Amino acid sequence: MNPFAYQRPDAPEAALHAVATHNSKFLGGGTNLIDLMKDGVESPTTLIDINHIGLDQITASADGATIGALVRNSDLANHAAIVASYPLLSHALLSGASPQLRNMATTGGNLLQRTRCFYFMDTAFPACNKRTPGSGCAAIKGFNRTHAILGATDAGPTSPHTCIATNPSDMNVALYALDAKVEIQGPHGKRTLSVRDFHRLPGDTPQLDTNLHPGELIVAVTLPPSKFAKNSWYLKVRDRQSYAFALISVAAGLELEGNTIKSAGLALGGVAHKPWHSPEAEHALIGQPATPETFAKAATLLLAGAKPQAQNAFKIELAKQSIVRALTQAAQGVQA
Amino acid sequence: MSPSNRKEEEDVVPGIDSGSSDANSQLDLNRRQFLATSAVVSAGLAAGLPNFALAEAPGTAAPNTMPLSISINKQLHTLTIDTRTSLLDLLRENLDLTGSKKGCDHGQCGACTVLLDGRRVNSCLTLAVAAQGSEVTTIEGLGDESSLSPVQKSFLDHDGFQCGYCTPGQICSATALLAETKHNTLSTVSFETGRTTNPTITDDEIRERMSGNICRCGAYPNIVAAVRALTSAGGAA
Repeated sequence: MNPFAYQRPDAPEAALHAVATHNSKFLGGGTNLIDLMKDGVESPTTLIDINHIGLDQITASADGATIGALVRNSDLANHAAIVASYPLLSHALLSGASPQLRNMATTGGNLLQRTRCFYFMDTAFPACNKRTPGSGCAAIKGFNRTHAILGATDAGPTSPHTCIATNPSDMNVALYALDAKVEIQGPHGKRTLSVRDFHRLPGDTPQLDTNLHPGELIVAVTLPPSKFAKNSWYLKVRDRQSYAFALISVAAGLELEGNTIKSAGLALGGVAHKPWHSPEAEHALIGQPATPETFAKAATLLLAGAKPQAQNAFKIELAKQSIVRALTQAAQGVQA
Repeated sequence: MSPSNRKEEEDVVPGIDSGSSDANSQLDLNRRQFLATSAVVSAGLAAGLPNFALAEAPGTAAPNTMPLSISINKQLHTLTIDTRTSLLDLLRENLDLTGSKKGCDHGQCGACTVLLDGRRVNSCLTLAVAAQGSEVTTIEGLGDESSLSPVQKSFLDHDGFQCGYCTPGQICSATALLAETKHNTLSTVSFETGRTTNPTITDDEIRERMSGNICRCGAYPNIVAAVRALTSAGGAA
């Protein structure tokens, strides 16, 4: 690990001032950043520890919820108002990582979690456009069973744009289905992004995961009024039952009137550089009966344009069936 | 770095309150260190580098050091450390508390689990400087041969280990699990079984809640039994 200076500001403004230092990074829970620093994937020369700047509260009302960026994943998942009004978020959070890591990891850090692409995480492989822009992509001709089937840039292994990495977060998938917003503070003031616009597709800049600018700080995530408290489900399909990243995950929320769908939230994880969401797929659910046939139509729409790599064609059918299953579970309501 | 050097290095790290090293051993070590390592690395040693940092390529950048005050098992330690030092390396390499184990060093195995201000965390991914002012409880702080903690005793009673390497982490994790259940914390199993209020700690719940601790020997059935015996479902208080 490269040597780094360490600072511990006590307020967001002080943190923003400190992060203006060249090659500095915020330190939250450290579960991703310290791991990547150990392997030389990240090498900041200054760490700004933001664990003492506040931003660690949750407020919830009928109008929605505001989650401070430093709220730990375990505290968020177990917060009574979140469990009651946004069980989809709790369910997704508790599907990720381990109890130890959830005690450390923060809401803001989870939004910024970097890909688990083997070639990104291992500097022994020189080609990774995300880690070393312009170096190519080792995954495209390598072990790509876990990689993207949607929204990827595939221009061959030597292209400076190719990237088939996926976003590894479970929380993010739920936030897409819940239509959350990300509150951001920068040197020139505050701004708000829909979470669905917060993350980027690789496009021709695969080194960029998000639309957060250098020097900006995530201060909170906000949720709109709860619609899916009675009918939601997070389904995570992985190679072992716990403590593994998703091959496919589905966040599904339904607002029902009788058996008719009044509104819906649907997002897919493990398939793209960001959680995959489509207004067309959600629209196909609205006004329809909550039946497997309806859910299958939405699944087909959400997977439109899917393009597998050599080792992950199974993900397309797995995703479709997982969507139908998650929506079916959501429609059945909270089990007692 | 040979094992025989390691203990002596720990003794000369400045600022440690062990008081166990004498002047002769320090001189002896310094001589051998001078012969065995580069000037850059020796400078690092004088600044209190843990062994893991010494083992890495020194590079050209000088290490950054910070004063640290931290309570481990209710004993206050004040020392100066390299900012790169993980809490795990602080415990093992600087403070001679080797009960916490280094398995993967990447937050994937749980062997390094300790309680930080009462919450279980992976000490390998926790920077020691970030734990400034915290209270850390390690396996050494839970109990000893003369007075085992209930979890330690239960692991013995149920033979919850084979080689024992993961056991300190398992026991710290199980200790936290039992405290968490008193606050009715949830797991993904709670959602899958529809029991999101006051979940019963079934074997499936124990397996899920202990999943952050890998046991390569596969002693899981006995680990589950050891934890079950301490839950209300297991019949013991």
